[in-house]
Amino acid sequence: MVHQYKNNGYNIVLDVNSGAVHVVDDVVYDVIPFMEKGEPDENIVSSLKEKYGIEEIEEAVSDCRELKEAGFLFTEDNYKPSIEAFKKRPTVVKALCLHIAHDCNLACRYCFAEEGEYHGRRALMSFEVGKQALDFLIANSGNRRNLEVDFFGGEPLMNWQVVKDLVEYGRSQEKLHDKNFRFTLTTNGVLLNDEIMEFCNKEMANVVLSIDGRKEVNDKMRPFRNGSGSYDLIVPKFKKFADSRNQEKYYVRGTFTHENLDFAEDVLHLADMGFKQVSVEPVVASPEEEYAIREEDIARICEEYDKLAAEMVKREREGRGFTFFHFMIDLTGGPCVYKRLSGCGSGTEYLAVTPWGDFYPCHQFVGEEEFLMGNVFDGIKREDIQEEFKGCNVYAKDKCRDCFARFYCSGGCAANSYKFHGSINDAYDIGCELQRKRVECAIMIKAALAEESEE
Amino acid sequence: MKHIKTLNTQTLQNTLKKGGCGECQTSCQSACKTSCTVGNQSCENNK
Repeated sequence: MVHQYKNNGYNIVLDVNSGAVHVVDDVVYDVIPFMEKGEPDENIVSSLKEKYGIEEIEEAVSDCRELKEAGFLFTEDNYKPSIEAFKKRPTVVKALCLHIAHDCNLACRYCFAEEGEYHGRRALMSFEVGKQALDFLIANSGNRRNLEVDFFGGEPLMNWQVVKDLVEYGRSQEKLHDKNFRFTLTTNGVLLNDEIMEFCNKEMANVVLSIDGRKEVNDKMRPFRNGSGSYDLIVPKFKKFADSRNQEKYYVRGTFTHENLDFAEDVLHLADMGFKQVSVEPVVASPEEEYAIREEDIARICEEYDKLAAEMVKREREGRGFTFFHFMIDLTGGPCVYKRLSGCGSGTEYLAVTPWGDFYPCHQFVGEEEFLMGNVFDGIKREDIQEEFKGCNVYAKDKCRDCFARFYCSGGCAANSYKFHGSINDAYDIGCELQRKRVECAIMIKAALAEESEE
Repeated sequence: MKHIKTLNTQTLQNTLKKGGCGECQTSCQSACKTSCTVGNQSCENNK
């Protein structure tokens, strides 16, 4: 399967199953669809000879054939048996999302956690519950060495002492069990101070700092409970924090909605403030919400991604580039095909833990009672849920079969699929469209910068 | 090759052999909490 497209002046050919990316001239671009269909050479020549010279067409055909023989073009998807065998391995848990506080000091309009409360009550995780969670993780992680623990909420800084105590406890266990904890923190910044920054710089492998972009955009969606905006309070703190981490190992992370479809401006606003690691993603909301992304927004959003990608290439060439998480792609050393096809790990390798210790398949399922899997004291009680998530992969989804992006999104988000279709084995269609566009832009950026490095 | 520039020669097939160690980052632990962006995680098996 081949996916070919034109973007920002580049003709790009992605050989989907090998992951090989080719930048081609017009004649090859036009030859490829014929070759993919298995047309004989004389048909290709006769179909294209009005547009190109015969010799040129023959060269293009020969180049394509060479790539095919080398395994870089027209390759087959023969991974299914390997993935199915891989998925039968015993489940280990390697990552937890700890809901350290089901409470929040902001009242963001789009919050899937409903202002931190997740369809439930306000609560803070006790040290004892958190400790049990870490013990469970160590005990169930098999031979995985890197264990990931994200302090999430609500707003985790509303329960900061417990975060610190859990980090200390985790560190005390590392040597005993030959594990390496990677702690991360997701915060809205309201309570951020120097002491917290210093602690995080020592202990947190990554921090995610929530901000949506321009002041008016951020403040409309991310107000305090009294309605006032959060931008002015958080921006200086985030700037200081990012600098204190040498502009690495963090993301400023925002959400865009129907109300700021010009979100490239928000990404660039964050970059213009000096942030080098930026992540801004589309809101996922019920269609009845006025801020929800609609199908008719897709074309506009795709234009905006194109605009952002072109601007990123320009800035990179000027020596003032930045990273946009959703355009990150590693064409030479990215994840293995097992990782790419077996899904995000929710419900199996990755679990969310509520303040009172309940397990859910991921942070987005918290509060959906039919997905309650067990708790930190008794372990996993609903192995059927675990099995269902284990079986959820690219090959289990009809919509992924002919999609070129399946090696980049790994079948998409199970929670989004469930929200829109009532099943984890479907796919959230708007999300898919946007994901495909992002993959195209990400590859175009690589093509543009590869050209640069040659000159 | 006159008409084609290939950006990468490390193919997905090659990763079948030694892949699957599971040490790489879980995607939602990085910077997405509402989408699935597995393709941009780094492999930790070649370090």
